[in-house]
Amino acid sequence: MTDSRQLYQEMILEHNKKPRNWGLLADATHKAEGVNPLCGDHIHLSLRLAGDTVEAVGFEGEACAICKASASMMTAIVKGKTRADAEQMVQEFRDMTTGKLDPAGPHHLGRLTVFAGVRDLPTRVKCAILPWHTLHAAFAGTDTASTE
Amino acid sequence: MSARDTLEAELDVARLRRDFPILDLRVNGKPLVFLDNAASSQMPRQVMARWVKYRSEQHANIHRAVHYLSETATAEYEAARRKVQAFLNAGADREIIFTSGTTDGINLVAHGYGRRFFGPGDEIILTTLEHHSNIVPWQMVAEEKGAKIRVVPVNDRGELLVDEYRKLFNARTKFVAMTHVSNALGTITPVKEMITIAHERGVPVLVDGAQAVPHLKVDVQDLGCDFYVFSGHKLCGPTGIGALYGKAELLEKMQPFKGGGDMILSVTFEKTTYAPIPAKFEAGTPPIGEAITLGAAIDYLSAIGLERIAAYETDLLDYATDQLHRMPGVRLIGTAEKKAAVLSFALDGVHPHDVGSLLNDDGVAIRTGHHCAQPVMQRFKVPATSRASFAFYNTMAEVDALVASLGRVQKLFA
Repeated sequence: MTDSRQLYQEMILEHNKKPRNWGLLADATHKAEGVNPLCGDHIHLSLRLAGDTVEAVGFEGEACAICKASASMMTAIVKGKTRADAEQMVQEFRDMTTGKLDPAGPHHLGRLTVFAGVRDLPTRVKCAILPWHTLHAAFAGTDTASTE
Repeated sequence: MSARDTLEAELDVARLRRDFPILDLRVNGKPLVFLDNAASSQMPRQVMARWVKYRSEQHANIHRAVHYLSETATAEYEAARRKVQAFLNAGADREIIFTSGTTDGINLVAHGYGRRFFGPGDEIILTTLEHHSNIVPWQMVAEEKGAKIRVVPVNDRGELLVDEYRKLFNARTKFVAMTHVSNALGTITPVKEMITIAHERGVPVLVDGAQAVPHLKVDVQDLGCDFYVFSGHKLCGPTGIGALYGKAELLEKMQPFKGGGDMILSVTFEKTTYAPIPAKFEAGTPPIGEAITLGAAIDYLSAIGLERIAAYETDLLDYATDQLHRMPGVRLIGTAEKKAAVLSFALDGVHPHDVGSLLNDDGVAIRTGHHCAQPVMQRFKVPATSRASFAFYNTMAEVDALVASLGRVQKLFA
């Protein structure tokens, strides 16, 4: 079993404390809510798409450090990306955290590889993935997402 | 010898701990500190040995064949029923129904009593402190029958408001279902007083004793409750077994919950005559070995003495409460005057889920989440809490380990 302290690295702790893109957009074109009722993670995500590009993104919620940092870093990286690029990252992030993608191999996740360690902590995988499922739900026009 | 050593010596906790092989486990290289007893407690070797004896020397199906093993298993199963009867001080062994656990017992009463006696506009009183298992079965019956649920509120300490409870009664009140000890907060409810209030109005009461029986001496005749339910696995016994106590005259009026073998007197395709209680409610082959092993768990705890267990756990709770009170940034949720050894708390700026993961690194097992008591979480405006719940085999040193580990979490998140 991996020591979860290896996961709680400075970058995750810092994003948890000062999340980027905190707050919901008044002029959102897409939004969704992500809930993991058992552990109590609950986030709201809003997006403004200009054509096919994510022009602005904001989130809010009550969540653990893993979930909140994942959401914060996700919003930072998808801003300015096309929907197709962002959806590809959703898939890559999901694959990395479930052990199907090697963080050392080719991908578009950048510093998000800091979350690769959750694959050894089965109870925390759903915390890290929740924001990404919520992003996918927002694109798809479904209102709610859950990873439980 | 320090005061705390004296307390542990009085119960001989060090010796009792040797009965529990699992307590020697190391987790992440650290000694296991098991503080999740409210979810399920550990089993001593004496109780495990009972299961092995049953499987090695006594197993066959009960109440059926005339051969030696069937007669032995039947006798042991019925002896276990009498152990439960004595443990709860029930008036008769036929008032004890074996169930698969607390949830099963509540569902049995909700269906067997509720579906027979509730009608449109009738009211069922529950409390804010209930576990989901004492909410959902009543909602299901209420929805089917057009009945309504009324809820007893709590104060900021997590204590039920008895005056408000009194006001909830009216001519349509048909039933009260309430917990004896809150699993999320540890509150010990004034169950005897509340039963008296209900009975003055002719309303029967079911008590969820899942969290009470491991920690308090329970006497169903003294409480006067109509139904009392508990689970074996919170009592150092196995999972998959529990018991329902019900007053005979009520159990006899109720409809069976499940149909099948063993619960009948005679069956034709025209008509089935049900067996008398308790068999009427024990359709199918029951978990025989689990029931017998539960009997052994009751023997084990009774030999130590529930009063002594309660006294030691109160000391443990007082010590832990005091230690957590001294930590800045820790907020206790549930500060009732009468409490079982459960500590629910929030750590400023740290989500409970992170607390649970990081404590696990130090070998400390606590529960984090809503504890299947979402109305309690809503009442205290928290999404989840961290919960340390103690058993008699926990020590003051383990409280210190919890506190030290929480200190490390705070440092990491500072």
